[in-house]
Amino acid sequence: MAVLVFADHDNASLKDGTHKTVTAALALSPDVDILVAGQGAKAVADAAAKITGVRKVLLAESDSLGQGLAEAVTALVVPLMSGYDALLTPATSQGKNFSPRIAAKLDVAQISEIVEVVSASTFVRPIYAGNALETVESADSKKIITVRPTAFKAAAEGGSASVETIDAGAGAGKTHFVDQKLVKSARPELTGAKIVVSGGRAMGSAEEFQRVIEPLADKLGAAVGASRAAVDAGYAPNDYQVGQTGKVVAPELYIAVGISGAIQHLAGMKDSKIIVAINKDGDAPIFQVADFGLVADYKSAVPDLMTALNAAGV
Amino acid sequence: MKVLVPVKRVIDYNVKARVKADQSGIDLANVKMSMNPFCEIAVEEAVRQKEKGTITEVVAVSIGPAQAQETLRTALAMGADRAILIQTDLDLEPLAVAKVLAAVIAEEAPNLVIMGKQAIDGDNNATGQMLAALLDWPQGTFASELEISSTSAKVIREVDGGLQTLEVALPAVITADLRLNEPRYASLPNIMKAKKKPLDIKEAASLGVDLAPRLKVLKVAEPAKRTAGIKVETAGDLVTNLKTAGVF
Ligand SMILES: Cc1cc2nc3c(=O)[nH]c(=O)nc-3n(C[C@H](O)[C@H](O)[C@H](O)COP(=O)(O)OP(=O)(O)OC[C@H]3O[C@@H](n4cnc5c(N)ncnc54)[C@H](O)[C@@H]3O)c2cc1C
Ligand SMILES: Nc1ncnc2c1ncn2[C@@H]1O[C@H](COP(=O)(O)O)[C@@H](O)[C@H]1O
Repeated sequence: MAVLVFADHDNASLKDGTHKTVTAALALSPDVDILVAGQGAKAVADAAAKITGVRKVLLAESDSLGQGLAEAVTALVVPLMSGYDALLTPATSQGKNFSPRIAAKLDVAQISEIVEVVSASTFVRPIYAGNALETVESADSKKIITVRPTAFKAAAEGGSASVETIDAGAGAGKTHFVDQKLVKSARPELTGAKIVVSGGRAMGSAEEFQRVIEPLADKLGAAVGASRAAVDAGYAPNDYQVGQTGKVVAPELYIAVGISGAIQHLAGMKDSKIIVAINKDGDAPIFQVADFGLVADYKSAVPDLMTALNAAGV
Repeated sequence: MKVLVPVKRVIDYNVKARVKADQSGIDLANVKMSMNPFCEIAVEEAVRQKEKGTITEVVAVSIGPAQAQETLRTALAMGADRAILIQTDLDLEPLAVAKVLAAVIAEEAPNLVIMGKQAIDGDNNATGQMLAALLDWPQGTFASELEISSTSAKVIREVDGGLQTLEVALPAVITADLRLNEPRYASLPNIMKAKKKPLDIKEAASLGVDLAPRLKVLKVAEPAKRTAGIKVETAGDLVTNLKTAGVF
């Protein structure tokens, strides 16, 4: 059995989700290749070749692959799948966009966001906002799978696989890239961060969100997240949303400030190692999952926390 | 211009799903069911486009049990013009749903499909992309803004890291994200009017589509419960606890 892993990257650097997906792939088969689809992404392919346990790296480059267009990725991957029994893709917004398209072209199911590999045909995945875990066995000849990276350990580096350049495929057809507005941040990326500080509706404005959440995140070297309510209200950009339909995080420490703890939010953070909640309502559901709860107004609690961190030499 | 809006009947988003004691699935007996929230956003978008004049007809379609008629009546009350129920008691997987929708599209010939990005029961986030693949149409997924012209649509998409803008040639499949709009509540007069709007019912089996499941559910289990920890009195206590826990 041979498995193809789709590399997560931004054309410049390889993302950690790839290493985690390789771990899931190695649980299916020892024959794991990585596909780097992008533009100007040679450095990414070289980095992928260093992941331990990888047989070889395929590099395909074109403008539409660099833009991550689903139609272009599908045109590239579908013919490649004649040589593979499974495709594993990190469940990023890009992966979720193209992977089902590939599955339908191959007339197979997609197994979405697996969190465990039971065997080469049996997988566990969360359903109903993580309120249940479903174990499914696939009868399809080819397994098309997206992988929730936070559920797997990152594969180590130390390998030296070969990099093979392949044809980029037929392109994006009737879809045209217009532009992209990406938020540039010096902070660690949300999904891979060791510490995440998230703000909720309680912030009341974008200015307040920045004034309260960002200094705390900077102090802790943390990534910043938000509830849907905070994103909808424009306090934080869309890609900060943590939850059932946003990003899933599982950091060492998750600090929720002014977030009530709706099931849709918990779905994205309840696998964090330690959860801290700051909320002025002692009955807020977030306290049911918090290891340490501080019932207080964030307006005084966050400055106090900064002071206490300073005093403790953090 | 005609738009097709697939809507799914699911557990209401306010209800906490409970796993059956025999681990065979989720207990849906006497549970409140509603239109999937992302499908509501899709219906709202189609109706707003109609109000703007870019679309002339909105057709809602649901694949599910007889009770899915209620979901379709909700879509009609929100402003859809007519509805189609493809009736089945089977719990279809996204690939089968996409195949059924492709068969409906072969008959209805819409210029555009607007649907939800994700159903909050199975959390698959797959049907729209699969439908686009089967039809060989372009896809604009996770849309937070949609501008329709006669031959194409401009879609602003929510992606990791920010927003991406694409232009897709029509016909195309668009899937709605949370920020596309805020769905309206149907007014009482509109709920009354919806009762008179046409709702066709067809048996799924009559479409000649392969509905067979590809995945066998071996077990549905409850995840490990997280137990509530302690309440601390001050920020200082919090830091002390975090230090003890080895975070710093
Ligand atoms: C289809 C669907 C998908 C969804 N997906 C997501 C998702 O992915 N992620 C997500 O987060 N949500 C999601 N939601 C929304 C979710 O249901 C909640 O509405 C949302 O998480 C609430 O955000 P919040 O906790 O910031 O706001 P609220 O629920 O309004 O909570 C605000 C909290 O702040 C506290 N507070 C107020 N003032 C202060 C103060 N001065 N100091 C301290 N505390 C204070 C209050 O006590 C309250 O608990 C989804 C909903 C639907 C229907
Ligand atoms: N049984 C169904 N009937 C109608 N539409 C559906 C059905 N199942 C899924 N869909 C559509 O597909 C979207 C995504 O669902 P899913 O891929 O299951 O997460 C939903 O928001 C609906 O628009």
